[in-house]
Amino acid sequence: MEKKKTVGTIIYHILVLGFGLVMIYPLVWMIMSSFKDTNTIFTTATQLIPDPFVADNYITGWKGFAKTSFAVFFKNSMFISVVATIGTIISSAVVAYGFSRCSFPGRGILFAAMLATMMLPAQVLMIPQYLWYQKLGWVNTYLPLIIPYWFATQGFFVYLMKNFIDGIPRELDEAAKIDGCSYYTIFSRIILPLVKPAMITGLIFSFMWRWDDYLGPLLYVNSTEMYPASLALKMFADPSSSSDYGAMFAMATLSILPAMIIFFTLQRYLVEGISTSGLKG
Amino acid sequence: MGNKHLTLKQKLNTEKAAGIICTLPFIIGFLLFMIVPMGISLYYSFCDYNILTPPVFSGLKNYQKMFNEEVFWTSLKVTFKFAFISVPLRLIFALIVALILFRSTKMTGIYRAMYYLPSMIGGSVAVAILWKRLFALDGVINKIFMLLGMKEPVSWLGDTRTAIWTLIILAVWQFGSSMLIFLSSLKQIPVSLYEAAEIDGANKWQQFWRVTLPLLTSTIFFNLVMQMINGFLAFTQSQIITQGKPMNSTLFYTVYMYQQSFQFANTGYGAALAWVMLAIIGLITWILFATKRFWVYEGGF
Repeated sequence: MEKKKTVGTIIYHILVLGFGLVMIYPLVWMIMSSFKDTNTIFTTATQLIPDPFVADNYITGWKGFAKTSFAVFFKNSMFISVVATIGTIISSAVVAYGFSRCSFPGRGILFAAMLATMMLPAQVLMIPQYLWYQKLGWVNTYLPLIIPYWFATQGFFVYLMKNFIDGIPRELDEAAKIDGCSYYTIFSRIILPLVKPAMITGLIFSFMWRWDDYLGPLLYVNSTEMYPASLALKMFADPSSSSDYGAMFAMATLSILPAMIIFFTLQRYLVEGISTSGLKG
Repeated sequence: MGNKHLTLKQKLNTEKAAGIICTLPFIIGFLLFMIVPMGISLYYSFCDYNILTPPVFSGLKNYQKMFNEEVFWTSLKVTFKFAFISVPLRLIFALIVALILFRSTKMTGIYRAMYYLPSMIGGSVAVAILWKRLFALDGVINKIFMLLGMKEPVSWLGDTRTAIWTLIILAVWQFGSSMLIFLSSLKQIPVSLYEAAEIDGANKWQQFWRVTLPLLTSTIFFNLVMQMINGFLAFTQSQIITQGKPMNSTLFYTVYMYQQSFQFANTGYGAALAWVMLAIIGLITWILFATKRFWVYEGGF
């Protein structure tokens, strides 16, 4: 009986691990290929380990195209992602506090509108928003990629934090009120420090979604030196700019690096975040 | 204590005022970045408009044009096919893997990371580019199949029958977030229910069908609604990997909309397309909600 159980366990691990390896194989293949001599990538496609192991692709890829190096593209991505993320987190926390702790006329309708923004993704708004930003003179600036995020327009984050704040005991608020705190100091002194875990979860998601965003820059950024990495990578991969697959895979690998680092260091927060509010396809 | 005796500072510290002030960013953002653009586009959808010349009101012309345009129907068909195949497959995979990983071992953390990683970076341009190369004529998929005995390489992306499937596989590959949601719901099912079922003589299989699955229906429903919406709006992958080719067999509705509005400058028509898509998504969500009472259990544990 004992033996049967061990065999079962071993089979379980082999199957789960095996299928897991199939899942991540494409990614491993890409990373490995980026260290191969660019001419041998497809002739040695079924051989995973690079032989010889070369880093040339990273050097040629880094040069970028149209006289702009990938240093610029990554810097642009970093700027957009960081500024938009800070805005998202701050504005969402404030709005979530308002929804969670204060009752005021129109709250129900507003909350429904907030939920609707979760159901109404960027693609449907793509043309309407483009026309509007064009009117505002925002095309070919970073404004459309940053400003809306400072106004808590992504329901997901508000919802995530509201749920979290709902779980903080109201007695804390009451006690602070007796000590002379206003609604605003309760937020900054009591709620804000406690809501940190939800903010970290939000931070991770927001940063990654902004970093990966392709549609936004595709619509609003026209000049090459303003491209973020996602858009630059697409242009880089177009047959007209380059057929150097080694360099392309090298830059693609670099572009997923932030997500990978975040994933492996902050996995715990991520899993919690998805489990508690779980959205995003 | 009448209101007029309060100082401004005190007025601002009432619950109502604090609520409105705190939610003000959202109110402004919602009006400015959602309602206003939608109003503009609703108007333009009834106009002849191509960005360069001022819009001219043309009534229902854009909507009529749509119904006579064969490409419109093709893109709709492609989108429905993609969503109706990829979403159920994704959810089934997510559920099966969640059930398997529910069993907790020392390796569970690593396994969970392996299965979730593709979802984490799946939306990126890097993965789309990688996918295009994997399924290329000289790509790894062909190489592997040829090692396994296939004679001729298959042009996966060039054949109208297979191209859409490369995108479906890419979508199904990213079942990770649904899986995590299933995992957390599984954890909430009280062990006592399984013990009771066991006492009544139910085997594992019966326990799954009679206890686990019914209690998961509300999670399945939630996932289904969210994933359907996402499925209908898939864009990046199709835009980068196939651009709708070959012969429009992978032309997603959103890609068609993008091409019309920004490449062919039929902006008014594009706006009309966006409104039709919104109506379709609304309708599908409504249908899903209407079926809810027939199969979703919400009675708690």
